[in-house]
Amino acid sequence: MATAQTKTLSRIMMAPAVLLLLLWMIVPLVMTIWFSFQNYSLINPMMTGFAGWANYVYVIGDPSFTQSLINTLILVVGVLLITVIGGTFLALLLDQPIWGQGILRIIVISPFFVMPPVAALIWKNGFMHPGYGMLAHLWEFFGLQPVDWFNQYPLFSVIVIVAWQWLPFATLILLTALQSLSEEQREAAEMDGANAINRFYFIIMPHMARSITIVILIQTIFLLGIFAEIRVTTGGGPGYASTNIAFLVFRTGILSNDIGAGSAGGVVAVIIANIVAIFLMRAVGKNLDA
Amino acid sequence: MKLTPILVGAVSLALITSASAQTLTIATVNNGDMIRMQALSSAFTEETGIELNWVVLEENTLRQNVTTDIATNGGQYDVMTIGTYEAPIWAKQGWLVPLDGLSADAEYDVDDLLPAIRGGLSVDGKLYAAPFYGESSMVMYRKDLMEKAGLTMPDAPTWEFIGEAARAMTDRDADINGICLRGKAGWGENMAFLTAMSNSFGARWFDETWTPQFDQPEWKATLDTYLSLMADAGPSGASSNGFNENLTLFQQGKCGMWIDATVAASFVTGADSTVAEHVGFALAPDNGLGKRGNWLWAWSLAIPTSSQNAEAAEQFINWATNKDYLATVAASEGWANVPPGTRTSLYENAEYQAAAPFAKMTLDSINSADPTQPTVKPVPYVGVQFVAIPEFAGIATNVGQLFSAALAGQMSADDALAQAQDAATRDMTRAGYIK
Repeated sequence: MATAQTKTLSRIMMAPAVLLLLLWMIVPLVMTIWFSFQNYSLINPMMTGFAGWANYVYVIGDPSFTQSLINTLILVVGVLLITVIGGTFLALLLDQPIWGQGILRIIVISPFFVMPPVAALIWKNGFMHPGYGMLAHLWEFFGLQPVDWFNQYPLFSVIVIVAWQWLPFATLILLTALQSLSEEQREAAEMDGANAINRFYFIIMPHMARSITIVILIQTIFLLGIFAEIRVTTGGGPGYASTNIAFLVFRTGILSNDIGAGSAGGVVAVIIANIVAIFLMRAVGKNLDA
Repeated sequence: MKLTPILVGAVSLALITSASAQTLTIATVNNGDMIRMQALSSAFTEETGIELNWVVLEENTLRQNVTTDIATNGGQYDVMTIGTYEAPIWAKQGWLVPLDGLSADAEYDVDDLLPAIRGGLSVDGKLYAAPFYGESSMVMYRKDLMEKAGLTMPDAPTWEFIGEAARAMTDRDADINGICLRGKAGWGENMAFLTAMSNSFGARWFDETWTPQFDQPEWKATLDTYLSLMADAGPSGASSNGFNENLTLFQQGKCGMWIDATVAASFVTGADSTVAEHVGFALAPDNGLGKRGNWLWAWSLAIPTSSQNAEAAEQFINWATNKDYLATVAASEGWANVPPGTRTSLYENAEYQAAAPFAKMTLDSINSADPTQPTVKPVPYVGVQFVAIPEFAGIATNVGQLFSAALAGQMSADDALAQAQDAATRDMTRAGYIK
């Protein structure tokens, strides 16, 4: 057992690291909050001084603000649905004793190692391009008109790309959970006459609930800030059809060089992310208590 | 023990070397002409001993990088590649070093620069950026398809003729679109084309009191014409097409006409083009209102005031934009591949005229664009396909998104115009132009 002395010592030794991490988080956040109350435009040196709430009013009053909020929500929910359902399905398949299982697992998780902008470029030019994409050729093969994915279904296209990237993560976590399920329990259920569907609902699903919660929590945090995929493929458009909060902040701060309004957008995004995180912890995090 | 003197020697040698060899950091865009300049630049280093450190970026990324660097006085670059939009605005803000050395150098011959281009890069008569290549826009068309349609392209067509020809040339079964135009959102993409087009329809961005004009009939006529032309005769997925996408389509023989930068002329008549021998050129269309729908642009080299090597930087700019450089490119790549649109002497050069069938049309197009009076009605701004105010890039990016959405069929032309009017009014009020 640790004595009071060793406890104090460990605290002193940890202090520098903790302090550094705190600074790492706090300094950018404080600077963002500070800039969000300043008139600060990169290209107009005349715009200076305290801005009050003007930057916030400007960002929240942006005609695309509401739509970007809705788009953010659709993106998160859409990707979560695909990855959790698809991940469960893939985990069940990969759990089967099949030949070449090791290689198959590596193939399934490989999209996770592809960087987001690269993945988006592959999808944009290799698969979904209406002229020379693989899907266009497939459509033409069946005598159909190629689909212009990023213009006709911009948000759906982004969801597909992001889901493709996150599916391996969900699969991996869920497969690990599945493998920790004792074989005896399954066999007992089987001997009691439970069919495959019943075994899935009453044994496998409850066992995987915690892992699903983890997948939802971790992914939500990352999905709220999807950016590279949108920047590379649709540029937030057409119109504002695929603009999410992260892209709106980028557009305001970087494309329009309005650092003040961009910072205000950043602060709004942080607040929204925190609200979602608290809500999630309350709603689904209960599973983690047990 | 013996290591110490060696170490001291090595360190001093390194210090001496770094102090004597001057290095310039140059930010430039990844266009073909600049890549060629990079390849030829070893000659400059051999001549002067000045090392060059290249940062070659895609257009949008370059703009963001250099804007951030110059606005924050970052000092990352000694030479920046900027356009006619940035040059006057940045010069007025005192962010650029005036190129007085170039102007005073008789051999450089600043008077040889095309007046329209030189004017666009000067403030109060002082040159702040040297043009590397200049461009306007014009019609590039397929003579064979035009003939097949039973039409003849005039040297100075009207929008009405362009519409008629585009529809006549369209043959969807053969994968031929009558016309390819920019649709990709961006102030330097679809808005460059649409703003230039709107000038010939009598539209303008702002009236004399800086009030946005998207609620006026001229803009409605511009957008309606553009949308119906693209619906009837444009390629599918046009709202994703920028300069490069349309270039590929044209080179593959999928466009009857293409209205875009004059600098594309050497590409559509070059080795990469499957239709090279069929390409003809005409001035950008008009509506009989006295203004044609062509723009004016020059990719230029400038020195930010934050540079510690301004003198060497000017020496480099002199090398890259003088007459000798054109001759160097001509010697190694042929006259047709010389950076166009900057010097009068080039257009008087018989060898160039023989090698570049597009030379005359390029020069005429550049000369017919007037940045000081871009539209039919009076305007408080300078710039043909842009408005030379700092806020324009942000505002036009927004408007470009809306017009791109209208092209994609995501919203109606009326909605796009109404939203553009609201967005532009909001931003102009925020920037203090509208009280």
